[in-house]
Amino acid sequence: MIEVVNVNKSFASNQVLDNVSTKFETGKVNMIIGQSGQGKSVLAKCIVGLHEVDSGSVLYDGRDFSAMENHDRREIRKEIGMLFQGSALFDSMTVEQNVMFPLSMFTKMTKKEMQHRADFCLDRVNLLGKNKLLPAECSGGMQKRIAIARAISMKPKYLFCDEPNSGLDPMTSIVIDNLIREITYEFYITTVVISHDMNSVIEIGDNIIFIYKGQNWWSGDKKSIIQTENPEINNFVYASEFMKDIKASMQKKV
Amino acid sequence: MAAIKEISINLALRMKILSNIGKYFLMLSVVFTRPEKMKIFRRRLFQEVQNIGINSIPIVALLSTFMGGVIALQTAANMTSPLLPEYTIGYITRSSTILEFSPTIISLILAGKIGSNVASEIGTMRVTEQIDALEIMGVNSLNYLVLPKIIGAILFFPIMLIFSIGLSLIGGWLSLLMANLSNTETYIFGLRSFFFTGDIGYALVKSIVFGFVIVTVSSFYGYYTKGGALDVGKSSTQAVVISSVVILICNFFLTQMMLL
Repeated sequence: MIEVVNVNKSFASNQVLDNVSTKFETGKVNMIIGQSGQGKSVLAKCIVGLHEVDSGSVLYDGRDFSAMENHDRREIRKEIGMLFQGSALFDSMTVEQNVMFPLSMFTKMTKKEMQHRADFCLDRVNLLGKNKLLPAECSGGMQKRIAIARAISMKPKYLFCDEPNSGLDPMTSIVIDNLIREITYEFYITTVVISHDMNSVIEIGDNIIFIYKGQNWWSGDKKSIIQTENPEINNFVYASEFMKDIKASMQKKV
Repeated sequence: MAAIKEISINLALRMKILSNIGKYFLMLSVVFTRPEKMKIFRRRLFQEVQNIGINSIPIVALLSTFMGGVIALQTAANMTSPLLPEYTIGYITRSSTILEFSPTIISLILAGKIGSNVASEIGTMRVTEQIDALEIMGVNSLNYLVLPKIIGAILFFPIMLIFSIGLSLIGGWLSLLMANLSNTETYIFGLRSFFFTGDIGYALVKSIVFGFVIVTVSSFYGYYTKGGALDVGKSSTQAVVISSVVILICNFFLTQMMLL
């Protein structure tokens, strides 16, 4: 479990996170949603330590990550897998080398063992056989899947996904969403997904927090987000005409 | 009012320079730590020797040969006094090449080639979140990316210097023969006259310092790139300009410390 306790973060005079507290449960897909510029990515970056928090703390299974020195943080980071918005694959390495990279850095596995693990991870994301391709030779969806394979190669306890569906077509988005959900349940990890794609939220979100003006404005599950009368959430969830129609038809039925 | 504005802009600029110098030394303190795995470090070191050193050999060879030729020709063209012996051409060519041209001019050229390459490579990794990915995995990204480049440059710059000196002297000899301004024996006699081996040491120290400056300054600008592709280009330009300026400043102080 990851706990965020009273986290504040400012850039110069601009307060981006205002006393945010929340919990991300293990074995569930925890979603951080909100409009652009409301602080969700900053919150995620504070949680993984890419930004320092001004005050407050981030606890990984009780371990105060924000109070740790860099060296100790690296030990926790070895338990974290992250899927970046742009995949962040290493251009100069093949698909297989990308997946094997964390293993070669931090384990004492033989080459054969690393190969075996890479094959397992690539098979898990349906990319076995693409080992020797370079990231530039792969499509956007494939790159996301390679990034997922790399993220799970070290058997992480925590998985972060920053807008995993951005730039993908609806079909591929569903594939990625399903993959994230299956991996979370299969390996019983704490998954945190940052998204503003409502399809993903409804599809895979177990716990949802809505960030608005840098605050934890609302939290609940996917059923309650549909039913809530909170105006800020309604503006976000029912922003499109399509979603408005769905809401209207739901209300008619009621 | 305008004066106050100007003063505050100047002050902000100076503060930025000081802050960058501080950030640079902090960066070095993180770079010089023990690599996570020596096997991976060795592999990266060989890659960097290839990128920084071996790939630069053609440009160094071309420049050194023509540079030596021009030094010899200009020296010969300016030797109008009959009191000056002909071997002076070889002597001046050798001294200019060893003391200044090979270590400094070649380093300035390489600041352009290697500096832009290093800054754009690391800058692109920064804006495409590859450096964040390394950090999230628990890798010391500065140590992983920059240390092999520094060691590669420190190892290979002296080799390139010796190579450059040799080709420059050959270039001088060929140009004199082609222009029929001197003969081989006199030129070689000039090269060997009043030779002080300490000059080679001085040139080697300069090449190591300049190699270090090029790689670290360029890595600094690449690593702290913010924004997108346009900013990578800006960082790359800044890396080349600042490396060149730092090389010239270091050249001045090294000359004063080691030759005077």
